[in-house]
Amino acid sequence: MAVRFRVAKQSMTEEHIIGKSVPRKEGRDKVTGAARYIDDMTLPGMLYGATVRSQIPRGIIKKISFDPQFDWSEFVIVTAKDIPGKNCIALIGDDQPCLADGKVNHPEEPILLLAHADPHLLRKAVDAVSIEYDALPAIFTMEESEQLSQIIWGSDNTFKSFLISKGDVDSVWSKADYIVEGEYTTGAQEQLYIENNGVIAAFDPEQGITVWGSLQCPYYVHKALMALCALKEDKVRVVQMETGGAFGGKEDYPSIIAGHAALLAMKSRLPVKIIYDRTEDMTATTKRHPSRTRHRTAVNKDGKILGGEIDFTIDGGAYATLSSVVLSRGTIHAGGPYYWPNIRIRGKAVATNMPPHGAFRGFGAPQSLFAMERHMDRIAQTVGLSPIEVRRRNFLHPGQTTTTEQTIREEIDLGKLLDRALGLSDYCAKKKRFAQENQTASIKKGIGLATFLHGAGFTGSGERYLASVVGAEGCADGTVRILVSSTEFGQGTNTVLCQIAAEALNLPYDDVHIAQPDTNQVPNSGPTVASRTAMVVGNLVRSAALGIKQTLIADGTLSDKYSPEEFRAACKNHIAKHGKLLSIARYDPPPGVFWDDEKYRGEAYATFAWAVYVAEVAVDLSTYIATVKDFVALQEVGRVLHPILAKGQIIGGVAQGIGFALYEKVVWQNGRMQNGQMTNYIMPTSADLPEIRVFFEELGNVHGAYGAKGIGELPMDGPAPAIVNAIEDALGARFDSIPLLPEDIFETLSADGVR
Amino acid sequence: MTVPSAHQRKCDLSFTINGMQKTVRVYPMERLLDVLRHELNLTGAKEGCGEGECGSCSALMNGEVVNSCLIPALQASGAEITTIEGLAGESQLSPLQAAFLECGGAQCGICTPGMILSARHLLNKNPSPTTDDIREGLSGNLCRCTGYAQIVEAVAQAARRRSRE
Repeated sequence: MAVRFRVAKQSMTEEHIIGKSVPRKEGRDKVTGAARYIDDMTLPGMLYGATVRSQIPRGIIKKISFDPQFDWSEFVIVTAKDIPGKNCIALIGDDQPCLADGKVNHPEEPILLLAHADPHLLRKAVDAVSIEYDALPAIFTMEESEQLSQIIWGSDNTFKSFLISKGDVDSVWSKADYIVEGEYTTGAQEQLYIENNGVIAAFDPEQGITVWGSLQCPYYVHKALMALCALKEDKVRVVQMETGGAFGGKEDYPSIIAGHAALLAMKSRLPVKIIYDRTEDMTATTKRHPSRTRHRTAVNKDGKILGGEIDFTIDGGAYATLSSVVLSRGTIHAGGPYYWPNIRIRGKAVATNMPPHGAFRGFGAPQSLFAMERHMDRIAQTVGLSPIEVRRRNFLHPGQTTTTEQTIREEIDLGKLLDRALGLSDYCAKKKRFAQENQTASIKKGIGLATFLHGAGFTGSGERYLASVVGAEGCADGTVRILVSSTEFGQGTNTVLCQIAAEALNLPYDDVHIAQPDTNQVPNSGPTVASRTAMVVGNLVRSAALGIKQTLIADGTLSDKYSPEEFRAACKNHIAKHGKLLSIARYDPPPGVFWDDEKYRGEAYATFAWAVYVAEVAVDLSTYIATVKDFVALQEVGRVLHPILAKGQIIGGVAQGIGFALYEKVVWQNGRMQNGQMTNYIMPTSADLPEIRVFFEELGNVHGAYGAKGIGELPMDGPAPAIVNAIEDALGARFDSIPLLPEDIFETLSADGVR
Repeated sequence: MTVPSAHQRKCDLSFTINGMQKTVRVYPMERLLDVLRHELNLTGAKEGCGEGECGSCSALMNGEVVNSCLIPALQASGAEITTIEGLAGESQLSPLQAAFLECGGAQCGICTPGMILSARHLLNKNPSPTTDDIREGLSGNLCRCTGYAQIVEAVAQAARRRSRE
């Protein structure tokens, strides 16, 4: 009887948690409204903080004056002179001041901070501060920046440049049957998380500064505050609150708003809350880098790429911030999932007098892949092949090398992936049917595709430098708690990391929980970016969890095979005896991985996710509105750890990609966003989107936890080129710039005489 | 944010909130959203845009879904208001909440309370909506995470369960 019971119990717990759609850890709080976001938090005696910003793009600050109608003694006022440490936002470089000191380099640059207990009065006070400037000439485009008409950054307006070189490009032009050229541009895109940026800071002379906020990377903020406030590591504490969307927009910016709140809190000795309203968030914080990509490709008559040159340029705005790393990813992805025997890729991030552009899901890859995938259709037309065939003839195969000469070691078969996507989307039949129907219809239909890849984790030696640390601890009640600085902002970090630990320990999902990211409590597991959480941090969570088990087995309190009850008992025992049960795992770079930071050569990423997306569009020639009618998203992302979360990541990313292609246009004037409202910056609603059909191939991945690869950013890369390729198929006109709004389609068709 | 001017005086505002009679002191032109969040500590209603575009401040007022950021407090006088906090029982989620949890309808969660209230309004008016009805019915609530599909699925599932009950 006892034996039978034991067997039954074991088979129950040996059910796999990986691959199952368990409930989201913090889901219940989210559906009941109990989840606590930063604006839901209040501290006793708390003041509200606000920012006085530059009204001009570039100039010298002559005078700051305060309207005498106000009693300014009631306000806390902070300028650059009040900064105890270094006046910079420490990130990669330190060129960005926390508060402008004497000069401004972009509209909305922070100049002065105010705090008051009454938020209504505070708003009026912001308008009652006037600033006089000596304006300097400003530049707003990549072209102006390159022409050096004004030097606004360094000696040549260039934040960073990269050169990737493989083979002998100069030798290919004479052998080419065709030389295909094209220039492609993408616009700025607002992350548009529904929760605006916000923080609360509190200061205590003994304990130092504590910041609670809506943010992705607690240790980025921690580092920035140490430098700004001149405080030691243990005198800065950063706590992530529930975060209402981020998408990269809360990767670097929270360091700025946290710095502002911290300065006000240090001066007033009172807690200070700063919450941006929508317009401030949209006009002052980061967006996706605008880009321009030029392709020149040598192709033979069979449609095979012999070699080519790609020039990839992004607009970084006024300060360096993350532009160098965005550029890096964009440059490495510029060649797409194709085999280039010879290639030269030049990447460049230039300065303009715009608010700095920053991280947004995809991080440079959506820009350069838009160009690559539009250009593949251009090559197909030139050679007289179908978009399918030209891609098929140039796909990377296992054993071949990428543009950085990384050998593809996994058994990816892109031809097969393409065939499956064509079948799922009924591509060939539709393409034929649309061509026929379009001859008479006033609503023109088209179908287009994009094939692409996305590298998972930090680029090159990034993970080696990060050297992430993860903890897992046994708790007094016998459950296990994961300690990471990796944050949840909708993508499912909490859930997936708990699944991984539960699987590793063969415990029920409910026996594992995760600590709130708090730099006083959790080790630095790196930033929550770069599609690295499930793969890199997940693997470390697995190791840390296994460490707990090994300790208990070594103790003699747990046998190799155990039930959850036995595990809980052993865990409780251990803690009763030793006080704690903590296991730490550190990132250990895989052997044989080589990356040359100078030559930009080698293993750029531990692994890639691969995808084929197919979009079907209809363009109404009475309104020029293009609508996506059907969307197939097929991808290989390694093992799918949680099907519902994975599908949610893909659909959400595709929706943002549709916005990037067709709706989301930032209107600039003198470097300032003019449509900083949800009323006139248009993102897709539920009524605008088609059914987005999601399919997975699961090859697995030796580097990731239970075979996971990165998934978060991939779906941002493919939609825009697939959609624009479909629009070209529908209308027979070339469109090489996004966003592509009805008025843009109208203009191109009018110019082409196609009506 | 509406700025109460000096000549405005606070007044009593009485209404029924989540089934309970309440009276609070407010400025007449204060936003219902601020009254809910600051006077009643009902922080499930969120401010996403402050101009009635995103729907994350949605509440039900006399059976209609409203953007509480656009409602002057006084307009809610005598009204019956439901917020997300009024949907769940002590220990049990409402069918819509359960379906959102199950189908992946909540990611970052910031739009979720408003989305669920709009869905509740939709199902009250139309107990068996088609997919298009759901997409149309929720189009006043913006979600940046999900691409809406799993939200639509959750509403359809809740509707199916309700019709079986």
